[in-house]
Amino acid sequence: MKRPLIYTGTMLGIVGGAFLLMNSLPGCRPGTTKTVVTGDAAAKVYVKPGTHDEFYNFVSGGFSGQLAVYGIPSGRLLREIPVFSLDPESGYGFSEETKGMLSTTYGNIPWDDSHHPELSQTDGVPDGKWCFINGNNTPRIALIDLGVFRTTSIIEIPNSAGNHSSPFTTGNSEYVVAGTRFSVPMGDEAQRDVPINSYKENFKGTISFIHPEPETGKMSVAFQIKTPGVNFDLSHAGKGPSEGWFFFSCYNTEQAYSLLEVNASQKDKDFVMAVNWKLAEQLAKDGKGKRVPGKHHSNWWNEETHSSETTVYDDVLQLDPAEHPGLLYFMPCPKSPHGCDVDPTGNYIVGSGKLAALLPVFKFDKIQKAIADKDFEGEFAGIPVLRYESVLHGEVKKPGLGPLHTEFDDKGNAYTSMFVSSEIVKWNVESLEILDRVPTYYSIGHLSIPGGDSKKPWGKYVIAYNKITKDRYLPTGPELTQSAQLYSIDGEKMELLLDFPTTGEPHYAQAIPAELVKPREVKFYKIEENHHPYVAKGEKETKIERRGKEVHVWMTCIRSHFAPDNIEGVKLGDEVYFHLTNLEQDWDVPHGFAIKGAVNAELLVMPGETQTLKWVPSKVGMWPMYCTDFCSALHQEMSGYVRVSPAGSNVPLTAQTLSVDAEM
Amino acid sequence: MLGTKVSDDICHAHRTIQNQKIMISKKIAAISSLVLIVGFTACGGGEEHSSTPPGVSAEPAEVESKANDNLYTAADITFGEIDPAMVEKGRSTYDVKCQACHSTGPNRVVGPGWKGITERRAPEWIMNMVLNVDVMLESDPEAQKALEECLVRMPNQGLSKDEGREVLEFMRTL
Repeated sequence: MKRPLIYTGTMLGIVGGAFLLMNSLPGCRPGTTKTVVTGDAAAKVYVKPGTHDEFYNFVSGGFSGQLAVYGIPSGRLLREIPVFSLDPESGYGFSEETKGMLSTTYGNIPWDDSHHPELSQTDGVPDGKWCFINGNNTPRIALIDLGVFRTTSIIEIPNSAGNHSSPFTTGNSEYVVAGTRFSVPMGDEAQRDVPINSYKENFKGTISFIHPEPETGKMSVAFQIKTPGVNFDLSHAGKGPSEGWFFFSCYNTEQAYSLLEVNASQKDKDFVMAVNWKLAEQLAKDGKGKRVPGKHHSNWWNEETHSSETTVYDDVLQLDPAEHPGLLYFMPCPKSPHGCDVDPTGNYIVGSGKLAALLPVFKFDKIQKAIADKDFEGEFAGIPVLRYESVLHGEVKKPGLGPLHTEFDDKGNAYTSMFVSSEIVKWNVESLEILDRVPTYYSIGHLSIPGGDSKKPWGKYVIAYNKITKDRYLPTGPELTQSAQLYSIDGEKMELLLDFPTTGEPHYAQAIPAELVKPREVKFYKIEENHHPYVAKGEKETKIERRGKEVHVWMTCIRSHFAPDNIEGVKLGDEVYFHLTNLEQDWDVPHGFAIKGAVNAELLVMPGETQTLKWVPSKVGMWPMYCTDFCSALHQEMSGYVRVSPAGSNVPLTAQTLSVDAEM
Repeated sequence: MLGTKVSDDICHAHRTIQNQKIMISKKIAAISSLVLIVGFTACGGGEEHSSTPPGVSAEPAEVESKANDNLYTAADITFGEIDPAMVEKGRSTYDVKCQACHSTGPNRVVGPGWKGITERRAPEWIMNMVLNVDVMLESDPEAQKALEECLVRMPNQGLSKDEGREVLEFMRTL
């Protein structure tokens, strides 16, 4: 804490300036609900019972580590998908098969902070195949398969910390990117064990390009670019003319490491970093990279065996921009930019400096010209810095306070969220003229338009994801619900239609027409294609087997009984593995499995699927087990017992289902 | 023999001596659950996992394709000599997808036992129950009667037409 008085003065200056700006901008004062909701809003969000919403909205759960799925325009919650989290309801993270999805070099990490859902793309347009999401804390990227709405791939990012500017995609999902919010010292132990005040010298960042296999979704690190130690915040791929480039917003170019609130806000301009990823890809292919240490896990869900598989990699292919000029360029961008958004044409890149009183819009052909002309205003850590004026299309003046993130409609307009002044501002990308502004309640972070970061926005709605709800909902103790707000944007004026509460922090979200997702839905797993090592394809294959202290039960379920439903001969000290196969072959008939005293969770087994619950009985006696998911009129009869005898007992191990043992 | 009269072909009344004890306790369970069922039906609740989910109305095309014109008629199925290859295939399908609820003997487990089933039911009725159970339960009085007696909605086990026909061939041998 050096010079505290000076810093305080600076802060007062910022706050004071903000206050003045607030007063001078009419749109910055939130209106009341009365003034902004018009008469037909209810009709516009009404989806009558038994009919479907027009869009899926994939909303990050932030620090819940999940991904939530809502219908738009109704705002109805359809599903919460566990990603970087445990889900005792489905058994995700608890069943023997799913545990491995959370495997990392640090062990099984049951939680993360998931920020940015990103839909896979084909030709620059969301295709409804996958949704990616980043884990910030223990750097990871997950892939959710939209055929099954489950997490089917998670990769750990090596040589990274704070994976925030992620997992944004290239136009054909050749790659999704990961970047370092936290620079860290890398290398061997001696290189990593350094004093904090050697930050500028020792701390580095990386940008990783993760390749998902098109058929399987299995992910691997294709290559990684070493970068100077700045904080990467958000990113977006170029498209159209800017295809082959990637843009990352950078803050803390001050390279501060203490009281960043103040010390990382000193410079008038930070950077947007332009990455020539096509060049990087070529260099990697040509063997120009170096394999450097970077142990990491890649976990993948094998749909044939209904089990996770973990591949361990020891190193990673790294490219050093010092050895490869032309790979990276910096563009000055005021001030601590957050959003870094490319318009649908691919010509314009919008930086949203969250402490800036303007929005810079860069033009791709000007960037190319500045690079060709070597029109640099200097360099930063050996990377050329392009001249601001040369790459600028123009600035949106006084858009509002705290610009964070911009998405686009299909009519040449941009929509920028303003965190400090709690509003959405609509402006024209070409003319930079402000067209409209609406208040949000309150403190909007990201916003989302269906397809709004792609080549093809469906410009019907913009959805605000707010950080604070205060008085908007029934109070629920100290912690209040978080929320989103839906606005129509198909007219000239934006119109507030609906508030809807969200689970976890709705950090960012993407939306897509339901018609692109619905045809992919898997209704059940075909029992013929189930290659789980412990599958029982029919009750004739059910059995029980002792392997030392392990007891394995091949078990089936169908409306409404388990086979076997009674087990005897388990002894204290045994570990029992229930391998439960759901024999149903129809939609919407999962069966649950719970047993008294299980210290983990239940299983929820989809039709045709096999999942395993490990159970270690702690007392002698009869232990009931039952189906938890109401499956038929005789659901309550779907139950059985496990008899547990003392350790030295000689009760033989038997499993039976009396009613179907014989040809009755 | 044991009380409640059930229709022969659905829930066969004949019980073997060795099964009596079990069946008595099962009967008690069935009666107590019957009381529950009445309660459900009165409330309009019924099964939470109906095979036709509520959202289906938004996809009328799919429902239409399953409708009555898709059902088998007597003219669609002819029986020749029993084909052993088909019987074997039918038996394999039975083991995986049917055996959990249907015995090959005369008695009900969840659904009716299959012994002599092709003598009690028309081949097209069996094919329709196997391949198109949802439509049958909505429209066919005999199928509805079976549900009232067995009380567990028969699942659509996703058999192909060929697999259905092979299962029917297997039934002919029982």
